[in-house]
Amino acid sequence: MAAPTSTPVDLSAALVLAPATFADWLVVLPVALMLGAGAALMMIRHRIDLHGLLAVPALALLVLIDAALLWKVWSGGPVTMTMGRWLPPFGIAFTVDLFGAVMALVAALAALAGGIYALRDIDTSGRRYGFFPFLLLLMAGVTGAFVTGDVFNLYVWFEVLLISSFGLLILGSEREQIDGALKYAILNLLGTTLFLIGVGYLYAIFGTLNMADIATKAADHRGSAPTITLGALFVLAFAMKAAAFPVNFWLPASYHTPRIVVSALFGGLLTKVGIYALIRIMVMLFPVEREELSLVIAISAALTMLLGALGALAQNDLRRLAGYLVIAGIGNMMAGVAIGTEPGVSGAILYALHSMVAMTALYLVTGEAARLGGSFSLAALGGLYVRSPWFTAASFILFLAVAGLPPFLGLWPKVALLKAALDIGAWWLAASILVSAFIVTLALGRVFLLAYWRPRADDAPPAPRASMTIVLPIAGLVAFSVVFGLFPESLIGLSQAAAEGLADPSAYIRSVFPGGAPIPAGGAP
Amino acid sequence: MEVLFSLLIGLFFAVAIYLMMSKYTVRILLGIVILGNAVNLLLFTAGRLTREVPPIIGAGLDALPAGAANPLPQALILTAIVISFSFFAFLLVLAYRAYQELGTDNTDEMRLAEPGDEPLPPLGY
Repeated sequence: MAAPTSTPVDLSAALVLAPATFADWLVVLPVALMLGAGAALMMIRHRIDLHGLLAVPALALLVLIDAALLWKVWSGGPVTMTMGRWLPPFGIAFTVDLFGAVMALVAALAALAGGIYALRDIDTSGRRYGFFPFLLLLMAGVTGAFVTGDVFNLYVWFEVLLISSFGLLILGSEREQIDGALKYAILNLLGTTLFLIGVGYLYAIFGTLNMADIATKAADHRGSAPTITLGALFVLAFAMKAAAFPVNFWLPASYHTPRIVVSALFGGLLTKVGIYALIRIMVMLFPVEREELSLVIAISAALTMLLGALGALAQNDLRRLAGYLVIAGIGNMMAGVAIGTEPGVSGAILYALHSMVAMTALYLVTGEAARLGGSFSLAALGGLYVRSPWFTAASFILFLAVAGLPPFLGLWPKVALLKAALDIGAWWLAASILVSAFIVTLALGRVFLLAYWRPRADDAPPAPRASMTIVLPIAGLVAFSVVFGLFPESLIGLSQAAAEGLADPSAYIRSVFPGGAPIPAGGAP
Repeated sequence: MEVLFSLLIGLFFAVAIYLMMSKYTVRILLGIVILGNAVNLLLFTAGRLTREVPPIIGAGLDALPAGAANPLPQALILTAIVISFSFFAFLLVLAYRAYQELGTDNTDEMRLAEPGDEPLPPLGY
């Protein structure tokens, strides 16, 4: 759009000359580990007995690395690593701030739980189809999306996680799966294509795709460029990825068809990547445009949470019910984005962390209920309380947490969002959060009543005892909800600090451009 | 040049959206291919169109000559082409399997995952 700079560029200012430090490696290590481990499992595809034994330690290692990364970012601020020695905005940068680090850590925890559950749950044919390699590559995409500092790179990670999710979704090639996968694949591909259109316009306007560079330049371009159009495109694309009303109908069509552990990982992680991207782009890069679009986002958020809750109330199949609860949660997070103040965004981040853990656990609990009761149908289930009191207690805690009732983690993000909504006078948004939570409580209360409390009519043979691969993940995820529900200060503090870092990204920009303003890029207008 | 390309991109988008509104998976897939090409052209045009000067830094120079073609959008498009091509290959196989398994390419009749006669949950016990 404009002539390139005619001033000569000093190459020493454009290249990294110092060797990479340990902190640099920490930034790329989570993604590199998942890509490497996934590729290694593909290479030993004939030794499927080894897949689980290698994948679970790799996921545990991912949790440790993400924890180290979070500690590093918490103590020293955002960290940046530049690829291929070219400094940003020329090279692609990975930049981790508190928001990305904490999302990556909780996502890794949920994935570890899913991986352990899968050890017994995924049979030999599922492994032969490549469940574990797909799982690791999915985590590479999810983690990559959380740590990248480049918009086009974010698109690439979206595609990495999307193509791994296709593989997981059709694991087994059953007829329902193919039906669900077709709708999931076409609509999600459309969503990422919309994102790519946004990237194209972004490049045309700014001449750069580096997030920190865009954040510094956004103010200069607001008067002269169609940034609102750009913001609307991004909102639509990410709303589609996050399954917000009215572009959410792929989720209830597909999320109940794959293996239950796949549903758990999708429900826990994938929609939250959409929310992450929405917050990253709209709150950090385009706050003015977000303000302009806030009413649209707020209406979509209110309808999403009500539609999710009402849909959950109307379902007979437990898995489809859980799918609608995922949508209800997305509405709450979108409400935080629509409010847009620092408490609102911090509430949305806290909700995303809670939702990743709670939704993964909810699907796993659904799978265990079906194993004990022999069906996913509410009409057929019954007497789970008699069969396993401990499982019933864990489920009860989880249901309260998902509905947002005290004293578990689900309460605090709802409180934060409600307060933030009332602070800006959006009483109707606050009301829809409360009504949605009330309907979700009804829906889950009925599940408890029918599936757990109701005496079972027939005397089916008792299911075998739950193995440790089932108990450990469910207990771990429920314990997360309990511990951080009773002692929420650390998580609330983290999400508040993350929201501060998004509202004022100067630390993020300093991390990418330590020497101050970036040198002009070739395509910069 | 930019105007011509913009018109062409608009035409591509119109055709793609029209095809994707169809009920039949084959037409939807054709729409997706054309949409992918429309976006690639859009990326190409976004990086401004010049063809006189190749993007090569000559000997003894530090920067590109003025008016050189922009190499970055081509790198972006190359990535996008690879991704959209692999996705299209996957979708083709998926659509063919769906036709084999479900016996139809009409998305209105694909109600296996969401049956229309699914019962409501019991009201009590």
